[in-house]
Order: sequence, then C-alpha cells, then structure tokens
Amino acid sequence: MLAASSGPSPLWYATRATGVVALVLLTLTVAFGVAGTARYSSASLPRVVRSGLHRNISLLAVAFVAVHVVTTVLDPYAAIGLTSAVIPFSSPYRPFWLSLGTIAFDLLLAVVVTSLLRSRLSYRIWHGVHWLGYACWPVALWHGLGTGTDSKLSWLLLLDALCVLVVAAAVAVRLTLARPGARAVGLAATGMFMLATVVFVIIGPLQPGWSRRAGTPAAPASAAALRAKPDGSAIGVSRGTVRPPVRGQEARHGLS
Amino acid sequence: MGSASQGASGSVRAGTARLTAGWHLAGRAATLREHVERYGPLPRGIGRGRHGLVEQVAAAGLTGRGGAGFPTGTKMHAVASRRGPTVVVANGMESEPASEKDQALLARAPHLVLDGVGLAADAVGAAEAHLCLARTREWLIEGVLAAVAERHRAGLDRIQVMVHELPHHYVSSEETSLVHWLNGGEAKPTNAPRPFERGVRRRPTLIDNVETLAHVALIARYGASWFRQAGLAGASGTMLTTVSGAVAQPGVYEIEAGTRVGDVLAMAGANANSDAVLIGGYFGTWHDISAVEALPFAITGLRPAGGSPGAGVLYVLPPGACGLAEAARILRYLAGQGAQQCGPCIFGLPAIADDMAQLAAGRPEGDPLDRMHRRFAQISGRGACRHPDGAVRMARSAVAAFAADARAHGRRLPCLAGHRGNQRTAVLPVPRPWAEGDWR
Amino acid sequence: MTMKLEVDPIACTGHGLCADLLPELIQLDEWGYPMLPGSVPPGLMSHARRAVSACPALALRLARTSADHAPAGRGRR
Repeated sequence: MLAASSGPSPLWYATRATGVVALVLLTLTVAFGVAGTARYSSASLPRVVRSGLHRNISLLAVAFVAVHVVTTVLDPYAAIGLTSAVIPFSSPYRPFWLSLGTIAFDLLLAVVVTSLLRSRLSYRIWHGVHWLGYACWPVALWHGLGTGTDSKLSWLLLLDALCVLVVAAAVAVRLTLARPGARAVGLAATGMFMLATVVFVIIGPLQPGWSRRAGTPAAPASAAALRAKPDGSAIGVSRGTVRPPVRGQEARHGLS
Repeated sequence: MGSASQGASGSVRAGTARLTAGWHLAGRAATLREHVERYGPLPRGIGRGRHGLVEQVAAAGLTGRGGAGFPTGTKMHAVASRRGPTVVVANGMESEPASEKDQALLARAPHLVLDGVGLAADAVGAAEAHLCLARTREWLIEGVLAAVAERHRAGLDRIQVMVHELPHHYVSSEETSLVHWLNGGEAKPTNAPRPFERGVRRRPTLIDNVETLAHVALIARYGASWFRQAGLAGASGTMLTTVSGAVAQPGVYEIEAGTRVGDVLAMAGANANSDAVLIGGYFGTWHDISAVEALPFAITGLRPAGGSPGAGVLYVLPPGACGLAEAARILRYLAGQGAQQCGPCIFGLPAIADDMAQLAAGRPEGDPLDRMHRRFAQISGRGACRHPDGAVRMARSAVAAFAADARAHGRRLPCLAGHRGNQRTAVLPVPRPWAEGDWR
Repeated sequence: MTMKLEVDPIACTGHGLCADLLPELIQLDEWGYPMLPGSVPPGLMSHARRAVSACPALALRLARTSADHAPAGRGRR
C-alpha cells in the first residue's frame, strides 16, 4: 500500500517559494522598467541606478524562475517534465495554468537573451521583443494564481494585490506622459486587467473545487506510482488513489 | 536671346541663354523636335568611367546647382568607380519656397534634363534612373511624363526614366530623403551612408539637381572649354537664379556664374531703395545690399561675406519691411518643417523661432538675443541633416544684418519699418505646411 | 590612436544616462540631449565604454579619430 501521508516534498515548497519570490522580482523589474520609459529620476534614484536595478533585478528574477522550473521538474509529485518548461500545454498538471508559466518563462528568456546580445542585434528587434516582454508579468501573475496551490492564503493574496498595485501605479505614472488618446486606452486596459484579476480570483482559486477545475490530475502521476523504493514504500509524495482527499487534509498540506 | 532663324544651337553656343534658349519663343515646353533643332542630337557612345563624359564634366568645373555646390565631376567619378550597377536620381523636388528655377527648367526644357539623366546614367554605368518631383505640382508632373513618353516613342534612351511623386516637405529634397523614400521608407533624411557609397537598393547612387544634369547634357555636346566660355571671376558656366521680392521683373534668370550681385539685381529691376537681400534661400543668409552688390554671385565670391548662392535665390526685402519680422516668419516655417527625428532640431528650432518672434514683435521676455546666440551653438551640427544648420545660419545672419532693428526691438522700441507703420505687413511667401504627417 | 564619442541623433531620445556616467565629458543641452566633446582622454575610456553600453537607445558609440578613420556610417559599438 502506498504511503498517503508523507506530505509534499521540500521540492514542492521550494517551487512555490521561488515562484512567489520570482513574481515579486518581476514586479519590481516591470516597475523600474516602466519608470525608465517615464524617464523618472531623482536625486535618490539617478537614471543609471534605476536602469541598473531594472537589469539586475531581472537577472535575479531569471535565477529564481530557473530554480522554480528545476524544482518543479525534479519534484515527482506532479510529474511535470522538462519539456513543459518551454513548451506550453505539455504538462499533465493543470495544463492551461501551468502553460501560462511556460509562456511567461519563454518571454522572459527572449527578453533577457536579446538584451544580453543587444549590441549585436538591431534596435528594432530588441525593442520589439522587449515590448512583448510586457506580457510576461500579467501572464506570470495569472499563472501563479491559477497553478499555485497557495492562492487562497490571505497573506499571498495580499502580496499579489500589492504586486498589482505597484505595476498599476507605475503604469499610471507613465500614462500621465502619454497623449490623451493613448492615456485613455492605457488606463482603461489597466483598470480592466485589475478588475479581471479580482473577478478571476473570486470565481476561480477562491472557490472550492478549483483544484479539480484547474486540471489537477485525480490520480497521482503514474511515474510516481510506479517508482517504488526497494523496501516497498513510494519515493516522494504520493497520494492514495484509494479515497478522495479529505478537505481538512488538503488544507494542512496546502493542496487545494 | 537669339532668334530661331539663326539656327538656335548657334545662339546657344554664343550667349548666356544656354538652358533658357527659346523659353520665351514658345512659352511652353519644347517638344523633342524643337529640342533637337536647338541643341543638336543626343550624343552617343558615352562610356562608363573617368575617360569621357566624367572627365569633361570635371574639366568644365561644373558644380551642383541644388545648393551644396559640390563638384559634379568628382561626384560622378565617385559613383562610376564603384563596382557593380549604379543608380542615377535627378532631384527635381525644389522644396525651397523662394526658388522656382527647377520648376521652370522642367516646364520649359524637360528634354535637357532628361538628356542629362541618360548621359549621366551611361557615364556611371547605371541600370536605373529616377526623377523625383514634388507631389503637389501635378501640372509639372504631367508635362514631364509627356516628355518621357515622347522620348520613349522615339526610342531615344537606353533606360526609361522613372518619374516619382514625393511628399512635398522642406527636408524631403535632401539626398538621403530621396534615397530613403525610393527604398520604401519616408521622405525624411537618414544618417545612412552617403548615397554615392550605398543608396537606392544598396547601390552606389548619383543624385544631382535637375539643373546640374541639364548642364551635363550641354557639356556632353559642346565640351568643357565651351562651358567655361561663360563665367566670371573664376566661376564657370551659367546658372539659373530666382530673383523675387521688391523687383520690377521677378522671375528666373540665366546668368553667368560669378556675375556681380548688383548686376543680377539690376537685371530684375530691384527697387533702388531696398537695403537688404536674402541670398541662397530660406536656409541662406541676409545681407546689406551695399555689402554684397560688388561681389560675384558664386560660392567663392560670396564667401568673404559669409554667404553662398545656394539654390540660386535672391530675395530683395522691400524698403519699409521689417527684416526681423520676415526672418521670424521664415524661422517659424523652418521650425515646423523638420523631420522630427532629432532632439536639438525638434526643440531648438521652435525655441529660437519663439525668441525671434518676441524680438520682431518688440515684446521681448528677458533677453531673446542672448538666448538665441546661446542656442545657435547648441543646435547647429547636432542633427542628422543640415536642416537645423540652415535655419540657424539664416537666423544668425538676420540678427547681424538687422542689428540696429534688433537693438531697437530689444528695448521695446519699433524699428524703422515700425516707425513707418509697415511692421505688420508680411511679404515673404511662406507656404502653409502641406499634408502634415504624410511622409510617404 | 584616440577615440571620440559620437551620437546617432535620430536614435538619441535624450535619456541622459551618458551624462550621468561621464559628466566630465558629456553635458546635456537645455532640452536634455547630449553635447559631446572632441575626443576621449585615455583615462576616461572605461567610463566612456560604460556610457556607451548604458544608453537605452544604443545611440552612443565610440569611433576612431585618427587619419585612417573610415567614413562615418554605422559604426561599431
């Protein structure tokens, strides 16, 4: 009989932790980047410091996302393979929501690689990819909300809300410099995105049964089920297929 | 001007009416047959490279008639000596408002220009030839297309000249603007390599003003020494000038290069009471007539006075007009005509236009003269093209030429024109900006 | 062989990071656009290189000033 209560492995926790940190770092990256387009500078934040922070925090974000991907792949619980890191819709675990993460990661890689090779590329290519990179943050946010197993936790919801406010504030400041037409469009888009996020959180992760709706497989991944240690117990986490999880147990293990 | 019965090519060879021969006889474009009767047939067997036409043009001392005055032979040689197929572009844009010579030439003697294009194409080994005209001049385009069709029916040219209609902005007549537009972009200057290195379709491109090419057509027929028979004070050949303003007979005149400025003005019947003249164009320089009337109207001749013939423009300021006010209007026009690509031009030109306007209105805030001088140094030479440089040059010369008025206005006193009550009358033709925002 | 700083006036949008990094040589005009000196003294070369790579618009570049300097075109960065 498979052990059903060994709980999530440290890798699973690491995945969630690095994911949260990566989101915070991405938020800061976007904020400093948008501040750059607004030509913001002050005595305490000179232009080169602002631009340096944007660059360095983005590299740190890549590091955390990389760890996030590695721990996810190594973790046998959800059997998410390496291909899911770069190819969307190839994971058995919450395929859509995980794919958002894949897409965000692809975008981030594209931005970082083109930026590191900037002097060898045409400005237009670099600029175009960087613009596409704007999509990285909202996609990563929704990935976290949809895939993440902590989305119901109040402190995490608060952190997510803070991230949204930081980006929204930066965008709003930038929009004050835009032409009235573009400003209206930008503000409307920002408002709609914030509203959509709130609505999504309410009707999605905060609702019971979200885990199943998001595409969490009912049975543990067959790989985990088949991989047994010599003494007969399972390696890593395995949930029993014998009976459906009890609500209380989910909450304790942080699995929704 | 010779008469038709003399055998017009004889009169062309003798007098200064070379390009303009017979313009007033028919009052319209010369047909191909009239053109051949007047000048003789199109010379054949022009080979590529230095020996032949390029050498002749260099020996003739022909310089560009579009404003920059670069030696044409040198330019042709630079293109001809490059490997591979090349391109010839005839610049008929004439976006300088005070200039009408190119329009007149294309309207009255299009075959001279088209001859020149074909001959230049042979001399530099061109596989394609283009003629760029301003889109707004439909009447001119029609006439040129008719001339091209005439030549096509006669099987005259090795390559068919493609006539293009470009947006009509001030900076659209710049060489890199033409190349950029012909390559599919906007008619704005770029900081791409010089066209003679890499231009249309990345090929070495010869870009010449239409008047320059007309002279090439005659040099090919009559030779370099013939070309040099006209010209004074070291300058060679004839040139077309547009004389306007306070003159009895404004219009396009063909003069010997190096003719004294005073003689050119007298030819057009300039008002004897006028004091100031704008030389070169809206990007040119203002001068006291007394300071320049004895100088040759040529690059070397005007250099001591800090001027240049430019596009062959002379505008005589009416007596009683305020030169600063006119300069302020020109500057405002130029400030709006930039391609909006480079910061110092985008911000600098409107700034000095404001300063000049304050000065001209006699309502200075602070010291506009001092501000302008500071800004002149900050604007000149810092754009991708010479547009801001030209605007600064004109503004600087206005402040110098009308220094007394500037001092008076600076003290909120009216200038002499103001005393006469004429200050508000605008005299210089400043076109309204055409189709703003349309560069393609 | 001395080097000089050149700016592509069309690409430059007046971010001003170059002036932050190389105030000894680069001043901004009243509209925020850089005014460049003739040449870069050898002691400031590393700062000049940093300024070139810091430009968000990639408008700044270093070029040779000596007699064998090739005609200006798209310079190397």
